[in-house]
Amino acid sequence: MADTQRGAAVDIRSVTKTYGDFTALDDISLRIEAGQFMTFLGPSGSGKTTTLNVIAGFTELTAGEILIGERSVGNLPAHKRNVGVVFQHYALFPHMTVAGNIAYPLKLRRVPKPERARRVAEVLEMVHLTDFSHRYPAELSGGQQQRVALARALVFDPPLLLMDEPLGALDKKLREWLQLEIKRIHRELGTTFVYVTHDQEEALALSDRIAVFNKGRIEQVGSGHDLYERPETLFVGRFIGESTVLSGPHEVRGDETAMQIGDEWVVCPGLPLGDGRQALLVRPEKITLRRTGSDLRPGENRLTGRVSEAIYLGSGVKYEVTLADGTRGVARMTLTEDRLALGDGVDVCWMQQDARLLADDGSSLGEQSGDHG
Amino acid sequence: MNRLQRTLISLFCACVALWLVAPTLVIVPISFAEKKSLAFPPDGFSLQWYANLIQSPDWSGSILNSLKIAVIVSVVATVIGTLAAMGITRMKAGSGGVVRAILITPMIVPGVVLAIGIYAVYLDHQLVGTLTGYVLAHSMLAIPFVIIAVGANLAVFDARLETAAASLGASRLVTFFTVTLPLIGPGILSGLLFAFVTSFDEVIVALFINSPRMKTLPVQIYSSMTRDSDPTVAAVGSLMFALTTLTIAAALWIGTRRRRS
Repeated sequence: MADTQRGAAVDIRSVTKTYGDFTALDDISLRIEAGQFMTFLGPSGSGKTTTLNVIAGFTELTAGEILIGERSVGNLPAHKRNVGVVFQHYALFPHMTVAGNIAYPLKLRRVPKPERARRVAEVLEMVHLTDFSHRYPAELSGGQQQRVALARALVFDPPLLLMDEPLGALDKKLREWLQLEIKRIHRELGTTFVYVTHDQEEALALSDRIAVFNKGRIEQVGSGHDLYERPETLFVGRFIGESTVLSGPHEVRGDETAMQIGDEWVVCPGLPLGDGRQALLVRPEKITLRRTGSDLRPGENRLTGRVSEAIYLGSGVKYEVTLADGTRGVARMTLTEDRLALGDGVDVCWMQQDARLLADDGSSLGEQSGDHG
Repeated sequence: MNRLQRTLISLFCACVALWLVAPTLVIVPISFAEKKSLAFPPDGFSLQWYANLIQSPDWSGSILNSLKIAVIVSVVATVIGTLAAMGITRMKAGSGGVVRAILITPMIVPGVVLAIGIYAVYLDHQLVGTLTGYVLAHSMLAIPFVIIAVGANLAVFDARLETAAASLGASRLVTFFTVTLPLIGPGILSGLLFAFVTSFDEVIVALFINSPRMKTLPVQIYSSMTRDSDPTVAAVGSLMFALTTLTIAAALWIGTRRRRS
């Protein structure tokens, strides 16, 4: 059973961090509830790791305040914060055994020897490494090392655990298994977890809440479901999951907005946000592909396109479609539906209320893959 | 053909090896000579020159002086050199490189040039032939060796371990003693041994700044050689050879030793 008393809430209040002219964090405010699993998601250079480092005390903040529990930790050095940290590069002490590494924080806290041994054994069992206590880190695999690091960061019962891309260096299978392990441990301990990743699937799999970072700011905070279904910015919509993004001149028609894509028009309920260019975001499972010349159903939008890629996924087929205006679209269909081949002409259809109208912030996929750091 | 090549290579290697150890091979037998002569090969066998080494105050005194200076120098140079190496690794690559280059100059500048400079300054400050004088001069020569040895070790030291230690509750000082020091310890120890040997072996600067009151062993050897042909020189040479070989071997062994990896 989760013991919610154990975790500490974190309050980030108007935190700014600048390096010379570069603003790494631009007035960030965020509340993390006690016992929550919060993920910082964003491309590299978006400020997520800087925020983590500021919470841990590795980086001094330029302005703002951070509270862990009820305590303001603004000027507190890292070693007095009592916060567990797990690093991507494990950071195990090579000259100590597994047990030595895990006992290290307990020794610093002057925990008596028998108690120390008991707690080391306890966390080793939690990460399934009981038989490895006398090994040296170099004798362990990456996954085992990271579990030791997790045990070391948790053995002193910190109310807050920070993890900086802990699974980044591991292969996919191992990563998925460790995700489950981390989730289980979070459930068992009730410690507040803050997890940094650039992998949106990992964020969705693990988190209670996700804060999406972009260019030193938080774009949106919400559950995975919120972010996927109701992204508030185009950046968030593009970053979480797959999507088709349409953009073109728009006009308001009553309480609807119409947008011109190539020489076709589509409509979406609701009014545009702001005065600038607008974009429509459609999730792949909302899109139905039909062979060209199908009937337009009431309440539906329809664009014409051509299948440019068909990817068999086992559970279904993912189609990439090139629309008449050159936009790339993505649709996911079940196997029972009509199989389409490369080059087939298709009608790309979705219900009007299933698209999301967002201000076009100029974000692109290239930017999000971290190529521009 | 193949066999011939191998034989030729072995022969060549043997010649080079002989060339390198020949002076030593000459010194060791002479130290056991029976007559007061440096002739090679020596006649007979005796341990009198080793006995003379201990009994003559000139010899035993200079040995003690050298040991005393070398011990102090190795401590001073190791502390300063280690601090310098740690500072340099924390600096930006460009400025760190400049500081490093400056600190290493005593190793590159010819010994005679340094010796003249040191002598000139020492004359004015009554440092000639004093313990302080020797320690200052030899530490200057030894610090570069420590910077290089510790710097090489720091280059492979993962500074992120210090961040990890801080997250686990260790202050800077505790981190240094529990994480940094154990991991760069081999570099520090090999730096210390190199510093010791640098001072113990040093002859050029010592020749300039020695006085009858305080002479180091290399100076005593040199002055003995210029006065007469006393095989005590060979005895002390053999001992020094044994001592330095052991120290350098230990330094190399410690320097290249890796923790379980």
